Amino acid sequence: MTVALRALFAGCWLVLAAGLSAAAQQPFITVASTTSTEESGLFGYLLPAFTKASGIQVRVVAVGTGQALKIGEHGDCDVLFVHDRPAELAFVARGFGIDRHDVMYNDFILVGPRSDPAHAEGMKDIVEALRQIAAARAPFVARGDDSGTSKAELRFWTEAGISPKAAEGGWYRDTGSGMGPTLNTAAAMDAYTLSDRGTWLNFKNRQNLTILVEGDRRLFNQYGVMLVNPEKHPHVKQDLGRRFIEWLISPAGQQTIADYRIDGQPLFFPDAKG
Amino acid sequence: MQNIADALAAAWQLVLSNDPTLVAIVSLSLGVSLTAVLLASVLGLPLGAALAVLRFPGRNPIIVIVNALMGLPPVVAGLLVYLLLSRSGPLGNLGLLFTPTAMVIAQVVLVTPIVAAIARQVVEDLWRQYGELYIFDGVGRIRTVCSLLWLGRLSLMTAVLAGVGRAVAEVGAILIVGGNIAGITRTMTTAIALETSRGDLALALGLGIILLSLILALNGAAHFLGVAARRAAV
Repeated sequence: MTVALRALFAGCWLVLAAGLSAAAQQPFITVASTTSTEESGLFGYLLPAFTKASGIQVRVVAVGTGQALKIGEHGDCDVLFVHDRPAELAFVARGFGIDRHDVMYNDFILVGPRSDPAHAEGMKDIVEALRQIAAARAPFVARGDDSGTSKAELRFWTEAGISPKAAEGGWYRDTGSGMGPTLNTAAAMDAYTLSDRGTWLNFKNRQNLTILVEGDRRLFNQYGVMLVNPEKHPHVKQDLGRRFIEWLISPAGQQTIADYRIDGQPLFFPDAKG
Repeated sequence: MQNIADALAAAWQLVLSNDPTLVAIVSLSLGVSLTAVLLASVLGLPLGAALAVLRFPGRNPIIVIVNALMGLPPVVAGLLVYLLLSRSGPLGNLGLLFTPTAMVIAQVVLVTPIVAAIARQVVEDLWRQYGELYIFDGVGRIRTVCSLLWLGRLSLMTAVLAGVGRAVAEVGAILIVGGNIAGITRTMTTAIALETSRGDLALALGLGIILLSLILALNGAAHFLGVAARRAAV
């Protein structure tokens, strides 16, 4: 018994000590980012290229944009890489973030069942398409998690002059979860939902879902990067963080973003301004 | 059905591939959870035994609280530890958030009440049986507690195993305090949550099958150790 316990004890310490020492050897930064960048597979492609070029390891905590900004506000990350421009600019204005840069964009798409009870397929106007879904009382699954996608969706409903909250529990289902789980729910319910294209392209459990509306200029989805303000949080690794930001907006970083494709389709379009 | 067959195939392929990422995820899962259970046992077993043997004011409320904490939702435990370890929190200077150490702390919070509550039950039964002997022999309280823990060691295995089950299967707490960072804090359960998010249900379930097999192997090993120990005792 005691021998087995001792072996177990040694094993535990080995694992932890190995983890800690490996972490101590390499400089790293912590980046709070969105589920779309992680679930679309972009980070799996982009970050090794940066680490190779710089020797800096990037530790990504992937959550909704709202929660990512909270993590930054608490000072629990060094860099933010998110997609909700109004909220990002407010974050900078409140003094929590500095050095914000546009990095890339992708677009939102309206996905829904092939049967398409609201006849939204092929529409070029996202707001009109949402009006038709509401009129048909067709099931719509929403993120409802304060993410960039969720906020964009709510903006479109406001433009359509519809208050979906009033239909909560009816045809409007608020799942309070990330993009992937929301797509899983929509697939299971044959419901409509708004997704970012990257997560959709990398999503494997589509069942009857298909892209119905795309290409509306309002569906443009801008990603930005910024440093958590070291004046608010002195432990922020500003030198390492700045190197990551500068690499992202450099020609090398921008090219790496453009090179990430699934089935030949690009997922993100670099648009940093020098 | 197709999904489940795919999952079995995915699990089998994962095991065969001997993928270094998978090995790292499994070792981290086991390392974090077993360390947490070890610490929780060091805290919980004496606490449970003390609650069984000692009589002091406030004992009953403490028993109720320990029992209730067995049902502590992992997300709540995670949130509490997050707020403690956050840079803006009281222990922020340690910089422990989003590290395996933070995950161990959160799991110790979750597991200690389980170990303590079951240990109290086991030791209380023994105390009822043998308590008068200890009193008659004039054995001190602390030595009584130690002696009863040793006497009940085989039954106390259940307390520890219940703790292991809770720790290894738990995702809510470690997702919040660990952040599910690839290669640093990604465990079996957080990887399963991520693959489910990506709609790769077969891979998620495949990882789940590997996790279940490990729990099964741990319990099997504990069971046979117990049987062997009982035989040796007879």
